[in-house]
Amino acid sequence: MQNSLGLESNAAVGKPKRRGWLRRHYGIYLFALPAIVLFLTFSVYPIIYSFIRSFSDWQLIGASPFVGLRNYRTVLADPNVGIAFKNALLNFVVSIPIQVVFGLLLAIVLDRPIRGRGFFRALFYIPVLVTWIVVIQIYLYMFNKDYGLINYLLLKTHLISEGIDWLGSPTRTLVSVFAMGGWKGIGWAMLIFLAGLQSIPTDLYEASGLDGASKWQQFRYITIPGLRNTTVFVIVLLSIGAFNVFDQVFLLFTGAAPSDYDVPLSMIYNKAFSELNFGYSAALSYIMAAVIIMISVIQFKVLPKNSGTEG
Amino acid sequence: MGLRKRNFIMKALRYFVLIGFAVITILPFWNMIVVSLKPFQFAMSYPPQLLPSDLTFANYKEAWTSGNFGHYFKNSFLISIAATVGGTLVACMLAFALSRYRFPGRKMIFGMFIGTMMIPGITFIIPQYLLLKNLHLLNTYSGLTLLYIAGAIPFHMFLYKGFFDDIPKELEEAVVIDGGNRWTFFSRVAIHISLPAVATSVIMLFNGNWGEFLGALTFMSDPEKWTLPVAIRMLQGTHTTEYGLVFAASIISMLPIIALFLTFQRFIIKGIAAGAVKG
Repeated sequence: MQNSLGLESNAAVGKPKRRGWLRRHYGIYLFALPAIVLFLTFSVYPIIYSFIRSFSDWQLIGASPFVGLRNYRTVLADPNVGIAFKNALLNFVVSIPIQVVFGLLLAIVLDRPIRGRGFFRALFYIPVLVTWIVVIQIYLYMFNKDYGLINYLLLKTHLISEGIDWLGSPTRTLVSVFAMGGWKGIGWAMLIFLAGLQSIPTDLYEASGLDGASKWQQFRYITIPGLRNTTVFVIVLLSIGAFNVFDQVFLLFTGAAPSDYDVPLSMIYNKAFSELNFGYSAALSYIMAAVIIMISVIQFKVLPKNSGTEG
Repeated sequence: MGLRKRNFIMKALRYFVLIGFAVITILPFWNMIVVSLKPFQFAMSYPPQLLPSDLTFANYKEAWTSGNFGHYFKNSFLISIAATVGGTLVACMLAFALSRYRFPGRKMIFGMFIGTMMIPGITFIIPQYLLLKNLHLLNTYSGLTLLYIAGAIPFHMFLYKGFFDDIPKELEEAVVIDGGNRWTFFSRVAIHISLPAVATSVIMLFNGNWGEFLGALTFMSDPEKWTLPVAIRMLQGTHTTEYGLVFAASIISMLPIIALFLTFQRFIIKGIAAGAVKG
């Protein structure tokens, strides 16, 4: 491989003679080849396959006759799909404010040097690293009606007079598990806000300090506008994540979740693996993908250039 | 109000927020750790167990030996290491090619990787299952490893590309003048400059692979091949009320990640932040 990797390649940006160019520079393709082969096989091919099958009465064994848009029509007419999207929206409403508000607060507190800064920053990031398999166990334990820590603390502080049955209704369960998701994600938001704070030029603070601006004025007129793009970036990524919610809902039950608890992704999984309704599942997948792509397109429209748009 | 007094109040306020939030962060884990170290009957007692007394390692012993978690630990470890090494190498090389050179098809390749990032993974889990079945890779370490590598490419390519884009051209020219070639530049220079990105990517990859459960649950039905998340899930299914045991198993599974993170946290925090800002 070594001797074929001619260095003049960089210069060959203009209009090379294709053949000779290829012969001298196939080394570049060698760099990209392993990724391309793996990705085509294990991601692109399955995506295309399931997309095509979403227009058929998909059977794992035997023929899968083409049925046009029937699966898509069934999905759109299914009231459970509405519930699933509403539940995802609930996650959006519950988990995003928690992450944005606390992430921002912690970032502001940790932006300037303070003893223990590194320790706190690392500590707050740990919940982000822990898999939902573990977090859901903690959730089920802490939110237990009879012996859970949450009810204990609420009772002790007299915020409630009798234990709440958190796992008793879909709304209560989902709100509490989404809140736990917010708790889990605060560290991530904090890190991104910290990066945003650090990218605000320090001379802005120095200059305004010389002009007699107070700390509060600096915060109001430099820090807050300076964080605008970061905030949009955080909210957009959290929104995509909020609609893609799956782990915590899927793991709540050992079997398939009752449909009241479903979010779109858990519904996709359950339709396929519990009901063996693969065509329906595939159609719902692509409707979901369309929603995610729409959110992402709005992201690129709203975000100004060079402000972390690419992340 | 004097400046010193105001600074003192500000500092006290900052510590108040930090310590208050530290409690909120630690408390759930603390609850879990205490329960895992207590005999069975304490798991469902009221008030909740927060004070370490009557401690025993019985749950850990049971999880590791009769729960077979030693074996699952090994499975997880092998698959995570292989997928992390593979994913890093493959994503890094792709990012290098896309970042440093203009070549026919470059835009198309980039678009293919980024475009599919929007489609949720569950969408194609069934075709993946069928594919693995046809390739005789169901219930194999290599099958799951290959899926993990492929799935990780887009995001990690993106992370590396942000760093490679910033390496000045002159540096590459200098390597050429010294008689190096593209591979020398990649392996000796580019990787070294991008060490924060490498550390971030490696930890994120390892953590992702270590905690992944949906693929493992779907493609590894043979109990001999279970990874830690699947095993914890199964343990919870069969020992619903034995929280101490389930928590002990959970903590065993968390330790490598926490250790790895605390060792490299300086790098990682820099890398994640830079990745977010640069893309």
